Amino acid sequence: MWKYLLKLTSFKNFYQFSGKLLPWLGVITFILFVVGLYWSLVIAPIDYQQKDSYRILYVHVPAAWMSLFVYIVMATSGAIHLIWKTKLSEVIANNCAPIGAVFTFLALVTGAIWGQPTWGTWWVWDARLTSELILLFLYIGYMSLHSAIEDRASAARAAAILAIVGLVNIPIIHYSVDWWFTLHQSASISVSKGSSMHPSMYWPLFVMATAFKFYFATVLLMRTRNDILERDQNANWVQEQEKSL
Amino acid sequence: MINNSLHAFTSIVRRDLKLAMRNRSEWTNPLFFFFLACSLFPLGIGPGRDTLELIAPGIIWVTALLAAMLSLESIFRSDFEDGNLEQLMLSPHPFTILVYAKVLVHWLVTGIPLMLLSPLLGLILHMPADGILLLMFSLLLGTPVLSLIGSIGAALTVGLKRGGMLLSLLILPLYIPILIFGTGAVDVGLGGLDASGHFLLMGAILIMALTLAPLAAAAALRVSI
Amino acid sequence: MSLSEFFNMGGYAFHVWTSYGLSFVLMVMLVVLPMQHKKQLTRRIRKAIRRRTES
Repeated sequence: MWKYLLKLTSFKNFYQFSGKLLPWLGVITFILFVVGLYWSLVIAPIDYQQKDSYRILYVHVPAAWMSLFVYIVMATSGAIHLIWKTKLSEVIANNCAPIGAVFTFLALVTGAIWGQPTWGTWWVWDARLTSELILLFLYIGYMSLHSAIEDRASAARAAAILAIVGLVNIPIIHYSVDWWFTLHQSASISVSKGSSMHPSMYWPLFVMATAFKFYFATVLLMRTRNDILERDQNANWVQEQEKSL
Repeated sequence: MINNSLHAFTSIVRRDLKLAMRNRSEWTNPLFFFFLACSLFPLGIGPGRDTLELIAPGIIWVTALLAAMLSLESIFRSDFEDGNLEQLMLSPHPFTILVYAKVLVHWLVTGIPLMLLSPLLGLILHMPADGILLLMFSLLLGTPVLSLIGSIGAALTVGLKRGGMLLSLLILPLYIPILIFGTGAVDVGLGGLDASGHFLLMGAILIMALTLAPLAAAAALRVSI
Repeated sequence: MSLSEFFNMGGYAFHVWTSYGLSFVLMVMLVVLPMQHKKQLTRRIRKAIRRRTES
């Protein structure tokens, strides 16, 4: 199996493999979003205190989860690139950055919009919001550093180092609600202890979170494939495939 | 072999200190900036004693942080430009140790003077005496972290022609935690509570930075050269 | 709930729909941009192939 996976990391094989995978990912993403959105906006009951405004949760929480997940993927991919010098991991890491930045931005903005009626303020400098804002800066810094260095190979390695250095922020964001007194509520969902949310609210969240994950995979693959095409455009395997690119 | 590397470490420290002493503006400019920038606040906000006393720890910490950040370029740039850095990288000594040496000198030449000047600024911002002591101690723990984390950013951008702004963009998010704890320690102590928790956390951050930052900086330098 | 209740979201229409709307817009953009980029790339590559095979 390892040999198969290793072969898959060549640009040509990855492009062809992902090309077959992509339509399925897209369809699953679409279905999950349709189901998830209907469930979140229509079926899920209203919250006792927040009434309908709590429905923002169904985009805010998945966006926030994804902002962390994408960063971990980005840093891991960068580390793989630094250690084993695979080209594919470099391309994956670079394309994670803009997607992760969008998720972080959405988490912050939807959080602020939700916070306004719920807490009475758009923003507060507590540990979780501040560390999530730092995450946005880290994504932007990653993209700026990468575009500032002209040599592509050096740029990729420098950005990978930056991504790994910024990894310290991820546990800070995640545990900030436990370690400090924050305005943000503490975690209601954990892998080991289950959920303290009512199932009628928990399941649509789960569907939306899965939809976001598949969405991330779809967009990441689309962007990665484009980068592969662009880099290998003069290679034989591209030049021979006029029809089925 | 260990003796050799220790000798290399000390000789780099000695050399960089000598260079810094000769180039006087390299270590006096951050101090002037520190003083000037701090002075802008009473001029801009108004000299009201109570307000200044309240925000003094924050002002002093932020301007110290900015002053340290502005001087970060000096860690690697001149050695990068004349090829010395490459020679150090090729030498048989562990590159990380040599990076340590340069970061140590940066702290000695920037961080310590900032810490020593802070009481004066605390005075003109009407801070109470025990607040000033807390401030100095927080800067003592904090400025090495600023130099260490800053060296990573300096290493990442040393090859760029106009990397100054990018350096700030990369470093400031990573500076935020130490800033929060540094000022938090002073505020908590001034409020009559025990600040040792904050100081312990700052110590932990310092230890983490001491062990990990030079590794990252050395790796980044290898990429940039 | 009825359609008008759905749009009103219990009085929180602005909050809910701005959040969902902004998320929708940005996430659709993230999909559309690579699709456009792909079209550009394939057009460029096909042109290069044709030029090569003709010469």
